[in-house]
Amino acid sequence: MSRLPLAAAALAGLLVSLAPAAAETLILSLSTHRVAITSTYTGSSIVVFGAIERDERTVARAAPYDIVVTVRGPRRTTIVREKERVGPLWLNTSQRRFVDLPTYLAVLSSRPIDEIAGGAFLSRYRLGLDMQITTPGMEHLTSEEPFREALLRLKNDQRLFAEEPRGVTFLTPSIFRAPITLPAVAPTGNYDVEVALFVDGALLSRQTTNFEVVKTGFEQATVTLAHDHAIFYGLGVATMAVLFGWLATIIFRRD
Amino acid sequence: MHIYLPIAEMSVNMFTLLAMGAAVGFISGMFGVGGGFLMTPLLIFLGIPPAIAVATQASQITASSVTGALGYWRRKALDFKLGGVLVAGGFVGTLLGVWFFNVMSRLGQLEFVIVVSYVTLFGIIGSLMLAESLKTIWATRRGAVPHSRRSGEHPWYLGLPWKMRFHRSKLYGSVIPIVTLAMLIGFAGAVLGIGGGFILVPALIYLFRIPAAVVVGTSLFQILFTMMAATLLHAATNQSVDVVLAMLLIIGGVMGAQFGARAGQNLRGESFRLLLAILVLGVGIRFAIDLVVTPQEPFSLVTVGARP
Repeated sequence: MSRLPLAAAALAGLLVSLAPAAAETLILSLSTHRVAITSTYTGSSIVVFGAIERDERTVARAAPYDIVVTVRGPRRTTIVREKERVGPLWLNTSQRRFVDLPTYLAVLSSRPIDEIAGGAFLSRYRLGLDMQITTPGMEHLTSEEPFREALLRLKNDQRLFAEEPRGVTFLTPSIFRAPITLPAVAPTGNYDVEVALFVDGALLSRQTTNFEVVKTGFEQATVTLAHDHAIFYGLGVATMAVLFGWLATIIFRRD
Repeated sequence: MHIYLPIAEMSVNMFTLLAMGAAVGFISGMFGVGGGFLMTPLLIFLGIPPAIAVATQASQITASSVTGALGYWRRKALDFKLGGVLVAGGFVGTLLGVWFFNVMSRLGQLEFVIVVSYVTLFGIIGSLMLAESLKTIWATRRGAVPHSRRSGEHPWYLGLPWKMRFHRSKLYGSVIPIVTLAMLIGFAGAVLGIGGGFILVPALIYLFRIPAAVVVGTSLFQILFTMMAATLLHAATNQSVDVVLAMLLIIGGVMGAQFGARAGQNLRGESFRLLLAILVLGVGIRFAIDLVVTPQEPFSLVTVGARP
C-alpha cells in the first residue's frame, strides 16, 4: 500500500515528460513599423524577418518547417459592380457588397499553400487569399462566384491583393524572411502581419505583429486641412488659383 | 519623377500632368476657352477618380479665367452689369450642381452620370456647332454674305418680365432667360468640371445678340466666379479637391495658354469654330464609345468608408 503514492508520482512524472510542450516559438521582426508617405511616395517594401526557436529538450522535427505570412490592411466596405447590356448601353446593374474587407491582402508562403496543408486545414486555419474574402460557411455560394473572382482580379491588377507561393525564403533552417510590397494606392491605416508555423500540415505556432502607413508632413497637413477645415482649405485653393492666374498676366505681360 | 496626390491617394508622373496641362492650356489659349471640357475627361482616362478630377479641375479653370478676364478688363471689353447678373445665376446653378454631384456620389452613380452628361451635352452642342460652322463656311464659299438679324426683331424670351438694360452689351430685355442660361451653365460646370465658355459665348451671341467685343470678356468673368464658387463648394462638401493636382494643372495650363494665345491669332474665324466644334463633338463621341462598346472589364470596384 505504501508504494501507491510513489507509483502515482512516477507515472505523473512520465506523463508530464511525454506531453507535447510548446516546442517552437516564433520570433518576429519587421524592417519598419511605420511607412511614411512623402511627396515622392511610389509605394513601399517591408520585410518580415523571423526566427524559429526550438526547445532543445524536445525531439527534432523530421520534416522541414513551413511558414505562411498573411498581411491584412485596414478594413473597409468594398462594392463590386457588374455592367450589363441594357438596350444599346452598358450600365451598372448588379452589385455585391463585401463588408469589412481588408483593403490590402498578401499571403506569402514558403511553399504553395495546398502543399503545406490539405483542404480542410485551409478552411480551418483560414489560409490563402480566397479564404480571406469568404465569410465562413458561405464558401459554396455560387451566385457570389463571379463577383469574388472579379474582386480578386481587380484587386490583383492594382497590386492590392497578392499571393506569393514562394514569398517566404529560409536563410537557415530556422531563420526566414518575407518581403511585403505595398503599392502607392494602399490606404493609410493599420496593417496586421500574421505569421503561422507549420510542420507536416500541423499548426505549431502563430504570432502577429503590425505596421502602419501614415501620411506625414505636407501630405498629412493637407488631408487634415481638407477634412477638418474644409472651407478654409477651399478658400485657400481658390485664392491660390486666382493668384496664379494673376501672376501669369504679370509674368507674360510682353504683349 | 512621381509625385503623390494626398487627396486622390495615388502617385502620378509629374511630367505627364504638366505636359497634359500645357497641351490643354495651349488649346484653351488658342480658342479662348477654359479647356475643362478636355482636361476633365483626360484626367478621368488617366485614372484619377472622377469626383477628384471634376472638383480639382474647377480650380484650374478659375486660374485660366483670371488670366483671360484680366486681359479683357484692361482693354475695357467687359460688361460688369451683365457679368454680375450671369454670376448671380451661375452661383445658384453651382449650388444645385454641387448638391446633385454629392447625391449621385453617395448613390454610387456619379461616374455614370458624368459619362452620360458628357455624351448628351457635348453630342448636342458639338453637333449644333458643327452644323453652324459648316453652314457658314458653305455660305462664304458660295460668295453669299452671312445673314445677320435685323436689329428690330425681339425674340420672345426677352419679352418676359423683369427687364433690365445693359448698355455695354446693347441689350434690353428680361433677365429671366439670362439667369436661366447662367444657372444651367453653372450646374453643368459643377457636375462635369467644365467652364462652359464654349456654350455661353455662342449662346450670348446668337440668343441675346451681345456684340462680339464684350462677349468673351463677360463670359470669362462669369466662368471665373462660378468656378471659384464650385472649388469652394466641392472642397467644403465632398473634400475632393486635391491641391497638389490643382497646382500641377494650373502651372502647366497657364504656360500652355500663353503659347496657345499667340498661335490662335493666326486662325481665321470659320476654321477656328469648325476645329472647336470637332473637338467638342470628339469628346462626346469618346465618352459615347465607353457607354456603347462592350467593355473589356465589365466589373468595377469601389471602396467606401471613413477616411482617417
